[in-house]
Amino acid sequence: MTHDPLIPAKAGTQAEPAAKRKGRLGSRLRGNERGKNNLAVLAPYLWLALFFALPFALVAKLSFSHSALAIPPYAPRLDLSHGLTGLADFLRGLDLATYRRLASDRLYLLAYLSSLGFAGLSTAILLVIGYPMAYGIARCRPRLRQALVLAVILPFWTSFLIRIYAWIAVLKPAGLLNQALHLIGLPSVTLLDTNAGVVLGLVYAYLPFMVLPLYAVLERQDESLIEAAQDLGLTPRRAFWRVTVPLSAPGVAAGVLLSFIPMVGEFVVPDLMGGSRTLMLGRTIWTEFFADRDWPAASAVAMVLLATLVVPLVLVQRRRAALLP
Amino acid sequence: MRRGPSPFLVAMVAAGLVFLYAPIALLILYSFNASQLVTVWGGTSLRWYAALAHDEQMLDAVSVSLRVGLISASLATGLGLLAAVALVRGGRFRGRTAFSGMVYAPLVMPEVILGLALLLLFVSLKLPRGFWTVTAGHATVTLCYATVVIQARLAGFDRSLEEAAQDLGLSPARAFLAVTLPNIAPAVAAAWMLAFTLSLDDLVIASFTSGPGATTLPMRLYSQVRLGVNPEINAVSTLLIGVVAAGVVAAFLIQQGKTKT
Amino acid sequence: MSAPLVRFEGVTRRFGAEAAVDDVSLEIAEGEFFALLGPSGCGKTTLMRLLAGFEAPDAGRILLAGEDLAGVPPHRRPVHMMFQAYALFPHLSVARNVAFGLKAQGRARAEIDARVEEMLALVKLEGLGGRKPDQLSGGQKQRVALARALAPAPKLLLLDEPMAALDRKLREETQLELRTLQRQLGLTFLIVTHDQDEAMVTADRLAVMRTGRIVQVGPPAEVYERPIDRFVAGFLGEVNLFEGPDGCTGVRPERMALSRAEPKAAGRLPGKVAEAGYLGDRTVYVIEAAGRTLRAAQPSGGDAFRVGDAVWVSWPATAVMRLAE
Repeated sequence: MTHDPLIPAKAGTQAEPAAKRKGRLGSRLRGNERGKNNLAVLAPYLWLALFFALPFALVAKLSFSHSALAIPPYAPRLDLSHGLTGLADFLRGLDLATYRRLASDRLYLLAYLSSLGFAGLSTAILLVIGYPMAYGIARCRPRLRQALVLAVILPFWTSFLIRIYAWIAVLKPAGLLNQALHLIGLPSVTLLDTNAGVVLGLVYAYLPFMVLPLYAVLERQDESLIEAAQDLGLTPRRAFWRVTVPLSAPGVAAGVLLSFIPMVGEFVVPDLMGGSRTLMLGRTIWTEFFADRDWPAASAVAMVLLATLVVPLVLVQRRRAALLP
Repeated sequence: MRRGPSPFLVAMVAAGLVFLYAPIALLILYSFNASQLVTVWGGTSLRWYAALAHDEQMLDAVSVSLRVGLISASLATGLGLLAAVALVRGGRFRGRTAFSGMVYAPLVMPEVILGLALLLLFVSLKLPRGFWTVTAGHATVTLCYATVVIQARLAGFDRSLEEAAQDLGLSPARAFLAVTLPNIAPAVAAAWMLAFTLSLDDLVIASFTSGPGATTLPMRLYSQVRLGVNPEINAVSTLLIGVVAAGVVAAFLIQQGKTKT
Repeated sequence: MSAPLVRFEGVTRRFGAEAAVDDVSLEIAEGEFFALLGPSGCGKTTLMRLLAGFEAPDAGRILLAGEDLAGVPPHRRPVHMMFQAYALFPHLSVARNVAFGLKAQGRARAEIDARVEEMLALVKLEGLGGRKPDQLSGGQKQRVALARALAPAPKLLLLDEPMAALDRKLREETQLELRTLQRQLGLTFLIVTHDQDEAMVTADRLAVMRTGRIVQVGPPAEVYERPIDRFVAGFLGEVNLFEGPDGCTGVRPERMALSRAEPKAAGRLPGKVAEAGYLGDRTVYVIEAAGRTLRAAQPSGGDAFRVGDAVWVSWPATAVMRLAE
């Protein structure tokens, strides 16, 4: 059977092939139940088709459109009133001009590479900071553990924008950090409007995304496994590397994916904490769209970003049982 | 018996929490600063809160955000409940893979792409952008979060309880309402809270899908933040943080209470 | 025997390619305590769920009091079920759990209250109506589940492994109580169990199932003493098997006699005591005799043998059961 592995197979709710055999008593009943569930799916299905699938088709279409016309609707338009000739005309009208333009402009390439670089570096730092945090929390007494988890979740619920804004006051040239450094006689540092500032902002904003999946895996881990490893002669340190770390691999994968993917397309952090020369794709899309009004270019950048993220997105989709605790 | 964390781990947890909370704590502290200069302490004062009360634009943005949040969260929770039921109980229906793909993709999709895609939709449908387009955009994104939260609870819900209700004479729909819904209510409430908070927070989707007269609070904050740090923003941020923190802690305590009994 | 209350006619239910219930025909009489007995996965639970309406047959029909149940959803069937893990509604008090089916029938408030009191008294839970299910012990929960299923006065009560969650001592008491209760109420009970003792203690008749089919039906003593094949013989108790040229025969350990002198019985073998296990009311011996290992159970109080003693094992002709493969 190929049904979704995350959905427990419950006898009686499965639409079994046998049910398709015609003319048997009672299969009407099963049909009814399926009918009702289909009714339940209809509303969210239509909603997502309209507000999620269709918009993406439009982004794809626009990315293949001429950029010459600055005002929507961009050519070509899909006109199905003429039947298949309309579709053929439409397809003939699509071209790769926008993509060619992107490829020839070094700025886009740099933005692409630096997005991956920022996200990659920040993910590595997150793992180094997040793993010990998650492990530390997982080892606390249950009541304290819950309070600490809440403390990690709470910032995630607090406005992203406000949290980044809070850093600006800290990092400003005459800000609180430099005041403090000055007080203890250290030279001041410049972090705001630099690439280092972007990494700091990304690490700060996505820390909960790394800690929570790691915690979920580590907390479930059976303590007796470590004891068994030590009983068999491993030092606590080696038991950690040989037992705890390999067993937490799903959590590591989850934390890495859940922070890396959105960071690649991040807009707020590079915009507010990066300098004017900080290049990231999320910001590029925003600028193309709002400042340059080059919608086909914005769409094409979005398509490239999406294509880059397809593999990690599929990984998330496949393993979301482990990813979303 | 679980061994406690080592001193190194304790230090890491403590440092991590300081890292997470220090900027927020400073922001809250400086919202009570009497000085106009945001980094110089000039005594305690509530003047920025008072100023806030007269900032028509800010108040308007708060009102827009609250209304968008209430409506979009309710839409998202309703649709998310249906989606969760379909995913947990629907077995294999036609288009299931596409459906679950659409439900989960927005969870990790960069917001800029979602915002752009939604905007193109509204433009090509010739819908005037404003309050309702932002609301629809937020409902779409938060629907996914709501579905995940409700689905987790529903999947863990003992199906035999619903069967017992049917066995005792309730139709499937009534059994769902009388037995399943009361038992997954905490998750439905949590889903609503999450959707509402996400809507209240969102800058990117709102910027793409909003139009004149529908400036949300984050949009308003963003335009001011770009101009620099300003004590009034500290004040409004503090209020927002306070409201959200109170809500989250309350939701957490409710859930705790539920799981204990 | 009166007219059959339940009739299965050639009922088949498939899950995918596998038939969980394979062409089962069976009748259960009004007022009978009937047990479906078999190892896990034999289809007994599916057969019960077909009767409750949570499954629909792919072939055949099910009649209740002469009426075809095809297309009748679970909530319209005058059949109530006691679920395996009880399925008590955690958000409702004990009294409201018991009242659940009565409310669904739209009975008057006063009538419901009276019936709930009556039911709680019946299962000896007076005064516990205000408790929530998780404030009850395992045995109490089981009795609430029983009261809830009995309250709407079903024509037929289904019990799905009702004692599985109870410890052994409580289980043995409850089996007899259930038997007494069924006799008092004069209701038809259908119990599904994998525990042969439970089936034999409670039921008037039992059906042994294996891989979706019914192998043998009859009163417990008959099935125990005259099993038709090796599977039934082995499933209902211990048996010493003898492969002869004219097929397989078996003798129950308690029909085996041990003696020091050669007896005059129909079947006898000289052997040696290899192991002895004292069980209070009886002692179980393992005897090595003529290259085979036999088991013999002797009531306490007779001659005791020790490991290594030379003994004769013997059995009367009436103890020999002819067994199909």
